[in-house]
Amino acid sequence: MGWKLYDSRLAWTLIAPTLLLLLLFLVLPIIVMTAYTFFTFVTAGVETSVLTLANWKEFLFDTYYHGFLWKTVRVGATTAILCALVGYFPAYFIWSTRFRHKWLLLLLLIVPFWISFTIRTFSWIHILGEQGLINVVLLRLGIIGEPIPMLYTEGAVIMGLLHFLLPYMILNVYVSLESIDRTLISAARSMGCTSAQAFREVTLPLSLPGLGAGLLLCFVLAAGSYVTPQLLGGSRDALFGNLIYDTIMGQLNWPMGATLSVVLFVLLGCAAAAYTRYMGMSQIMKGLGG
Amino acid sequence: MTPPRGDRDGRWAWRLTIAMTLGVYIFLFAPIVATVVLSFNASMFGGFPLTGFSMQWYAKLLTNEQVLAAFKTSLWIALVTAAVTTLLGISVALALVRFQFRGKQAFSTLVILPALVPETILGVGLLVMIKAADQPRTIWVLLLGHIMLALPYVVLITQARMVGISRSFEEAALSLGAPRLSAFREITLPLLVPAVVAGILLAFTISFDNTSASLFWRPAGVETMPTQILSMLKISISPEVNALGTVMILVTVGIPLLGGLVLQAFTRLKKRRTENGRA
Repeated sequence: MGWKLYDSRLAWTLIAPTLLLLLLFLVLPIIVMTAYTFFTFVTAGVETSVLTLANWKEFLFDTYYHGFLWKTVRVGATTAILCALVGYFPAYFIWSTRFRHKWLLLLLLIVPFWISFTIRTFSWIHILGEQGLINVVLLRLGIIGEPIPMLYTEGAVIMGLLHFLLPYMILNVYVSLESIDRTLISAARSMGCTSAQAFREVTLPLSLPGLGAGLLLCFVLAAGSYVTPQLLGGSRDALFGNLIYDTIMGQLNWPMGATLSVVLFVLLGCAAAAYTRYMGMSQIMKGLGG
Repeated sequence: MTPPRGDRDGRWAWRLTIAMTLGVYIFLFAPIVATVVLSFNASMFGGFPLTGFSMQWYAKLLTNEQVLAAFKTSLWIALVTAAVTTLLGISVALALVRFQFRGKQAFSTLVILPALVPETILGVGLLVMIKAADQPRTIWVLLLGHIMLALPYVVLITQARMVGISRSFEEAALSLGAPRLSAFREITLPLLVPAVVAGILLAFTISFDNTSASLFWRPAGVETMPTQILSMLKISISPEVNALGTVMILVTVGIPLLGGLVLQAFTRLKKRRTENGRA
């Protein structure tokens, strides 16, 4: 053959098709998109390659865009923190329970990943809507006179995002808890720690990497979401993803759409970079690979 | 280890943990159960209250040509995505686990990137590039895009499994004169089967479920299942949408569960065969 056993030429042959796909569909588009932010918008669907800073100026000085940016960050952060507060409990329970069919609890966390995201989102209309479970039950019981408007609010959007992101958070925390040496906790207890102290001093700090990875993942996915605000939010609850979609598919203003995409990319990239700076990439990979 | 029930605080904390866990599981599944139940509701409106049992919405679904067309499109795209992504994923995992080459670290980050970059950005980027290159949006763009989106997950799963397979098995086969390809086929591939099956299933569901990116990439007039549901929801939430949702849940939950069972049966059969062989 003439080639060494683990010849790097063979490795390159193995990765060549994938590399080509990623360069063409991921790297090049991001470069072209960045270039597009400097193009001149003429009219819907038409732009010229005359270079301009107009799009960036519009973004930097128009408070319309700042409002969307702030709301996206706020909704993303709220969702991520709620996920952490709520998701820690089931992760802790699955880790410490002596229930024999633990795998079932874990499987039930994976099942939502198999159910279409669109379906999971619109199913909330059946709970929160005017003909939803909560309103219909309360009306029948005579507790309320007319349906409470719960759907098409920011609360409904956060609820939908929480529903979609909780499994990510729980699995991330669980993986982190699973790697804790349990004898450390027994040791803390036998040294006279109360259970609360043992949790605060041993378990919680050792599970922080998973909690951090979960927070990052939830923030990035919530801030980049499009479908949830579209289905569960009103017109005022649109997030950055919806703004981008409308700018490109509705107004056909491609240079501005590209600019907004780059803004979102940089924002989420900064969040990820800040995280990897402290925690490293491996935790995220663990979270993704299960 | 025992759950921390030792002192009073611990007991209370443990009770709170149980209650919260129960609450989270109900929270995760209640809306989905509501959708499935409502798909059998006789009412003309898509919501509560329940007025009677009916299968009419499923019957109506079967005559809806748009839905059938979207189902066909999604199905073949998901099948091709699963097949191609698995092939690419195995090659990439092999290169990353067994080989040393320059830029390996950068490449392994690049492969994971599609899972970390929000779909809206991936969607816009590809769309802008296609427009800049003055190319039409074809179904092939959508297909290759789905392959890119599924790739990180398949690579991570395959890689995790391959790390656990000792390279000395392959090297033994090679030193006994086996050609490289048959060493891979006879030794490595069978040991990889669980990861390959998991990868195929995951790639299938990722493609079948993809919404945000597909909205950008689909050619004009083509709908996939999720985009079809979205456009039906724009009018109102009809019982037909509930029925469609239930069918989709059956497909995307049923296939992985079935795959898991088949895999289990397969490993059990193999175990028995090797035991018989030894005896």
